[in-house]
Amino acid sequence: MSFSGESKGFINYIYDRYTHLQIKDICLVFEGQITHQVMKALTGLVEEQLDEVEDDMVLRRVYHVMVESLQNINRHAESYEYRGHPYPGMGLVLVAKNKERFRVTTGNIVETAHVEEISMFLGKLNNLDPDSLDDLYKKQMREGILSPQGGAGLGFIDIKRKTGNPLDYSFVKIDDETSFFIFTSTIAR
Amino acid sequence: MEALRIAQTDDSPEVILDQEGNHFEISGKSLPEDVMDFYQPVLDWLGEYRKNPNPKTVFTFNLLYFNTASSKLILDILIIFEEMVEEGQDILIRWLSLSSDEDMQEAGREYEEMIDVPFEHVSHEP
Repeated sequence: MSFSGESKGFINYIYDRYTHLQIKDICLVFEGQITHQVMKALTGLVEEQLDEVEDDMVLRRVYHVMVESLQNINRHAESYEYRGHPYPGMGLVLVAKNKERFRVTTGNIVETAHVEEISMFLGKLNNLDPDSLDDLYKKQMREGILSPQGGAGLGFIDIKRKTGNPLDYSFVKIDDETSFFIFTSTIAR
Repeated sequence: MEALRIAQTDDSPEVILDQEGNHFEISGKSLPEDVMDFYQPVLDWLGEYRKNPNPKTVFTFNLLYFNTASSKLILDILIIFEEMVEEGQDILIRWLSLSSDEDMQEAGREYEEMIDVPFEHVSHEP
């Protein structure tokens, strides 16, 4: 897949899946460098938008899924170069809703070498029952080591157990070294 | 020992560790950019406190939100208390949650299962 223009960027990778969305369904769409400050600003925007109109528990879960997904990008997104310009920690986030659910989609560059590992892990989480997810979370909390980036390896596990819905993920290969990782969490309303 | 007080920010909780005032509390939101950076002084302080603690220590968690990286550091704090209990110290963890926040209540129950320290669960209105 190639970019048809500099301004379209990452959104191209997910555009096909979301052509059915209407403007009123979209709470937030953002593409750019996901720093800690940007993460706080985006989660704050959605929190403000949903406060008063959304059930407290639903709002908390959407907020939590956003924090964990965006911190993943902040910590793990590979740098990426386009026409000679480096884009460190670039990512995409789309929050959309319908009557039944919220969907939080994130996208970022990963090394193609890591695709299998990520797929295996997410596939495994999708096949675990709630008790096994709790056990895995507790085990990882006890035995896991904080990565140099400050992650505890707990984000995906917690998203799965808090939302109770299958994690949706796919990869678009850009070239031998780089792939685009698309990750969607679903939160029931 | 000297009290440790950290003011609340938009991504980190307020911390009060005051032996003289017998007040031990972490409250607010916890999603700091660097969890180790934030929690290391807390762990260090408790490591010192443990050597000469008050006759009874009631430690209050009054969190509105914490991310998964913080959950690991909260466990590290609780492990210090577990070791203090093993050393014969009188410790009580007060876990406060909003009555509407099932996930926070569940998190408290989960820590209680993992750690051998007396817990008191309190749910309250905003």
